[in-house]
Amino acid sequence: MRSFAQASSTGFRWDWVGNNLDDIWDRTLEHMLLTLIAIGAGLVISLALSLVSLRWRPLYQPVTWVTGVMYTIPSLALFAFLVPITGLTITTAEIGLISYTLLILIRNIVTGIDEVPQDVIESAVGMGYTRRRRFIEIELPLALPVIVTGIRLATVTVIGLVTVTSLIGLGGLGFFILRGLQNFSSPIGTTQIIVGTALSIVLAVVVDLSLAGVERLLTPWKRRKVGV
Amino acid sequence: MIVLDAVTKRFPGTPDPAVDSLSLTIHEGEIVVLVGPSGCGKTTTLKMINRLVEPSDGTITVAGRNILDVPSHELRRGIGYVIQQIGLFPHRTIAANIATVPTLLGWSAQVIDDRVEELAELVDLDPSMLRRYPSELSGGQRQRVGVARALAADPPVLLMDEPFGAVDPIVRARLQEELLVLQATLHKTIVLVTHDIDEAILLGDRVAILNIGGHLEQYDEPAEILRDPSNRFVADFLGSDRGIKRLSLISISDIDLDRGPVVGPEASTEEAVTVMNGYSVDWAAIVDGDQLIGWFSTEDLNGVGSVADLEPRAFVTTLDITDSLKEALDSVVSTHTSVAAVLDGDRYLGMVTTDTISEEIVQ
Repeated sequence: MRSFAQASSTGFRWDWVGNNLDDIWDRTLEHMLLTLIAIGAGLVISLALSLVSLRWRPLYQPVTWVTGVMYTIPSLALFAFLVPITGLTITTAEIGLISYTLLILIRNIVTGIDEVPQDVIESAVGMGYTRRRRFIEIELPLALPVIVTGIRLATVTVIGLVTVTSLIGLGGLGFFILRGLQNFSSPIGTTQIIVGTALSIVLAVVVDLSLAGVERLLTPWKRRKVGV
Repeated sequence: MIVLDAVTKRFPGTPDPAVDSLSLTIHEGEIVVLVGPSGCGKTTTLKMINRLVEPSDGTITVAGRNILDVPSHELRRGIGYVIQQIGLFPHRTIAANIATVPTLLGWSAQVIDDRVEELAELVDLDPSMLRRYPSELSGGQRQRVGVARALAADPPVLLMDEPFGAVDPIVRARLQEELLVLQATLHKTIVLVTHDIDEAILLGDRVAILNIGGHLEQYDEPAEILRDPSNRFVADFLGSDRGIKRLSLISISDIDLDRGPVVGPEASTEEAVTVMNGYSVDWAAIVDGDQLIGWFSTEDLNGVGSVADLEPRAFVTTLDITDSLKEALDSVVSTHTSVAAVLDGDRYLGMVTTDTISEEIVQ
C-alpha cells in the first residue's frame, strides 16, 4: 500500500513514454501480429471444423465439447503445460491463443449458416445450385453478420490474452505490464503498467470498430431501409 | 409433357406413404392445379418433379426424359420454381435475383442484362426496382420478382407451390389474373399446388383433386369436376356452393338464350299485353330489329294507343355475351325484375333470368 501511494504521488512518467516510443511501437506491432496470426489460423481451423459439423451434424456436439474444454482451461495453466513441449516460442503462444478462438468462431459460423432462412435455401436448391456454390454464394454471405460478430468477439478476447504470453517472452504490450509488475514500487513500473493496459484496450476498441465497419461494407443489403 | 407413373413416396419413420402409386399426365402448355386437404401429398408430388424430394418408387418423365437420368441441379435449372415464401436472395439486388438461373447457366453479362429488363417488363415491374434489394419491395412486387426469376431462362415447365398464399386477397386476385395473362402468351406447362379450391378452379385448365396419401380422386377440367364430382369426397371438398362456383366457368355464349318478352317499336297495346301475359310478367322490352331500345311496364300502357306512344325506360344493367353466368347472376339478382338483357356489342341477343341460371346449376 505504501509503495502504491508513493508511486501515484509521483505521477505518470511521460518522459519514460517519450524515451521508449520505438519500443512501444514495436510491441504494439507484435501485439497486432500475434493477434492476426491467432485469428487467421483460428478462422481457417474453425471454418474447416464448421464445414465438417454442418455436413455431418452428429459431429457438432463433440466439436463444441472439445473446443469448449479448451476455452475453459486457464491460459496460465495452458502455457505452463505447453512450454515443456514447444518451448518459449511463438508456436506455444499461438497454440494457446488459437485454442481460445475456436469455440467462439465455430459457434458463430454454424449458427450463422443455420439461421439462413429455409425458403432461401429451398429456392436456391430448386433453381439448381450445387451444394458448393450454394454454400459460397448464398449461405456464407448471409451468415456473414453472425460470423463477423464471432470474429469481433474472438479478436477482443485474443487481444486481451496476448498480454499473458509475456510470461513466455512474447506478450506484445503485455511485455510492459510484466515489466511494470516487476518494478511495481517505482513510478516507472506504474507508468509501464498503465501504458501496456491502456494501449491494449485502445487496440481492442479500434480493431472491434474497424471490423464493424468492414461488416457494414460487406453487407450493403442490410443498410437499406425496409419498405418503399 | 410431364408423366408421373405409379409414383410413390415413403418418408422414413411413417407407416403410410405420403404419395401412394400416383399416376398423372400433364400436357404441354396446360396449367394443372394439384389441390387437396393438408396431408394429401400435393407439395410432395410437386417437389418430386424437380427432385427436391426423391421418389421411392415409380417413374417421372419430363419431356420424355426420366428425371433420374439427369443430374439434379441440371434438371432444376430447366424447370422454373416458385414457392409461397418466394425465397428471394436478400443479399442480392432484384436484377441479380432475376438473373439467378442464367448466371448458373453461364450466360454472358450483356445477354443477362437484356433478359432481366425484358422480364421486368413482362411481369410489370418498374425498372427502378432492379437496383433495389428484396427487403425494399412490397409483398406483391416480391412475388412478381419470384415469377420473373422462375421464367428467366425460359424453362418450358414451371412448378408453383402455393405461389399466392402469402399475399393479401386483393393482390392475390391481381397476381392470379396476371398469371393467366402471361400464360396466354407464354404457353408454359405449369403445375401449381394450392389448398384453395377457388384458386384451382380459376387457374387450372385441369384440376387434380388429391386425398390423404396422394390418392387421385378426380382429374378433369374444373367445369366438369363441378358438374359431376366423382364421389362424396370431391363433392365435400368442392363445397355446397359448387353449383354457383361452376357459374363462373360458364360463359353466357355457352347457353341458349330466350328472346324474352320483347315487342317491336310499332306494336299495339294489345300485342304488348299478349307478350307480357305469355311470360307472366308486367313488363316488356322494345327491340327494333336487333337494337335494344328500352322497356316499359303495364302501367306505362295506361292511356296510350301503342308502344310507339310511350316513353321507354332505359335498361340499367346489360350483360355482354362474353360475361360468365356468375356475372349474369350478380346482375340479375340486383334488378327488381330479376332479368338482364344480353348484348353482343350493340346487338340484342336475349334475356337472362334467375330461371335460366338455376337451370344451369341444376343440370
